[in-house]
Amino acid sequence: MMAAPAAFSPGGTPVLPEKNRTIDVSLGPQHPSTHGVFRMNVTLDGETVVKLQPVFGYLHRNHEKIAEGNSWLAAMPYTDRLDYFCSLTNNWAYALAVEKLAGIEVAERAEYIRVIVGELTRLQNHSAFLGFILGDMGAWGTALMYGFREREKILDLFESLTGARMMCNYMRFGGCRCDLPPGWLGAARKVVDGFPAFLDEMEALLTGNEILLARLQGVAPLAPARAINSGMSGPGLRASGVDYDIRKVDGYGIYSRFKFRVPRGRSGDCYDRFMLRVLEARESVEILKQAMSGIPDGPILNPKGRQRGFHPPAGEAYGRIEGPKGELGFYLISDGGTRPYRFRIRPPSLINLTLLEELCLGTKLADVMVILGSIDIVLGEVDR
Amino acid sequence: MSNFPGSGIVKGLAVTARNFVGSYFEKDRLTTEQYPEERPVLPENSRSFPFLVYDGDDPESGMRCVSCKICEKECPPQCIFIIQDRDAGGKALKRPKVFDIDISVCMSCQICVEVCPFESIRMDQDYELSAFDRFAPLLLDKSRLLKPNSYYRRIHPTEAAETDARVESERKKKAATAAAKEAAKPAPATEGAS
Repeated sequence: MMAAPAAFSPGGTPVLPEKNRTIDVSLGPQHPSTHGVFRMNVTLDGETVVKLQPVFGYLHRNHEKIAEGNSWLAAMPYTDRLDYFCSLTNNWAYALAVEKLAGIEVAERAEYIRVIVGELTRLQNHSAFLGFILGDMGAWGTALMYGFREREKILDLFESLTGARMMCNYMRFGGCRCDLPPGWLGAARKVVDGFPAFLDEMEALLTGNEILLARLQGVAPLAPARAINSGMSGPGLRASGVDYDIRKVDGYGIYSRFKFRVPRGRSGDCYDRFMLRVLEARESVEILKQAMSGIPDGPILNPKGRQRGFHPPAGEAYGRIEGPKGELGFYLISDGGTRPYRFRIRPPSLINLTLLEELCLGTKLADVMVILGSIDIVLGEVDR
Repeated sequence: MSNFPGSGIVKGLAVTARNFVGSYFEKDRLTTEQYPEERPVLPENSRSFPFLVYDGDDPESGMRCVSCKICEKECPPQCIFIIQDRDAGGKALKRPKVFDIDISVCMSCQICVEVCPFESIRMDQDYELSAFDRFAPLLLDKSRLLKPNSYYRRIHPTEAAETDARVESERKKKAATAAAKEAAKPAPATEGAS
């Protein structure tokens, strides 16, 4: 048996392997799989993480203060830029909060359109997620391209409806900005009908794959009690087995009219968080089918809902929705003027991210990326 | 299905192979567009940056903008800059002297279009706007912003038809009320007024 070399550096004092010697590694802010500009200061013992300190704020744009200096309507396009994958659900959350504040009824047809575009947003967010988490595991390319191919079809629908692919700026207080163009519902039906086939393909590609199972199963399990205490929401919470979906709990909009199930995980590990998105996408397809067959004719905007010079009565309101990433809430205070007095966003990404260190402790360095990916964050929303 | 070790990987490889072969034969899998030889067909609602509509042939006289500055006030990133035109006596005229949009700041949100009461500002679809300089070429002045109504009708046919109908009906209404006023007034007064 060969003896270990006494010295690693030529000349000078020999560097001997020490016990409990740790290394600090700065991951980011430009690593491609960190989902944006996000840095983690990781302390490693060998390859095991003993400490992890997230550093964010690189994408801070002062969103809340800008909104407080602008009119109520002018805050709407800024919400697109929070979680830039899901601009339509962001619009919805803000519109919901303002409608609650001012007591505006939403036009019936607009409610259906909101559900349709909201669930399409969930589909495209989850299909992008499936690609990104594979990228985090080192399989850049194939799965991401498949996910993006499907997402592209949904973005084309968004473009023909709202005029923009990602920065939609579509919802208004009391309804939506414009009606569905002719032929849109048919095109959307085609995309939705084809979506389960894409999920089947993705599952054939991924869910039985031995490498994926080895990388995801049993990694960073999260107990339900801990998930609740940390304020986690969305798919990450349900993956731990907690039955909490704001679409069911609040039944905001017209969600109480639709039949759908809330999938739950068992152990809350990365694999559960991954599979939960697949199952949730399948349920979204069901909601979409019901919404598209039940959409009534009529106006898309409540004529009482004023947009320009809008000034809700003084008061405060918290509107929240089940966004694709979790509970997205807007807390608004009005002093009766044409500008919000206080404009506060409760971003799901930031609050889900607070668990990152706890999930990563004791895992290997290679798992850190996968755990970060399985939480599904977007830095535009974390930093605001 | 037999579950020998590695069957999941083999199944996945079959999916990849099917996609790979399909990408050569299936029409809907040939997604790449050969830009700039091929151009995407933009949906009618598609938008890039705002422009100003004018009627007729002359941009200055046909300008719909009356310099009310509502868009300037409502613009979320404050990228519109307007100075009202004045005649020699200092009287305010209903047209802008300066109308600038800084499209390096503009975020294409379409709020100026929604708030414009004179159907004057509309969204363009031109996306080839790269320039060699960050400042002057991206600060669009009146001469670059003004585009004829025929152009608007070409890029947004449905929306333009609705706008034209509305403008026409309003003009008729105005003409009718003016005619009614004319008829009601005594003859010498109208002569004096003109």
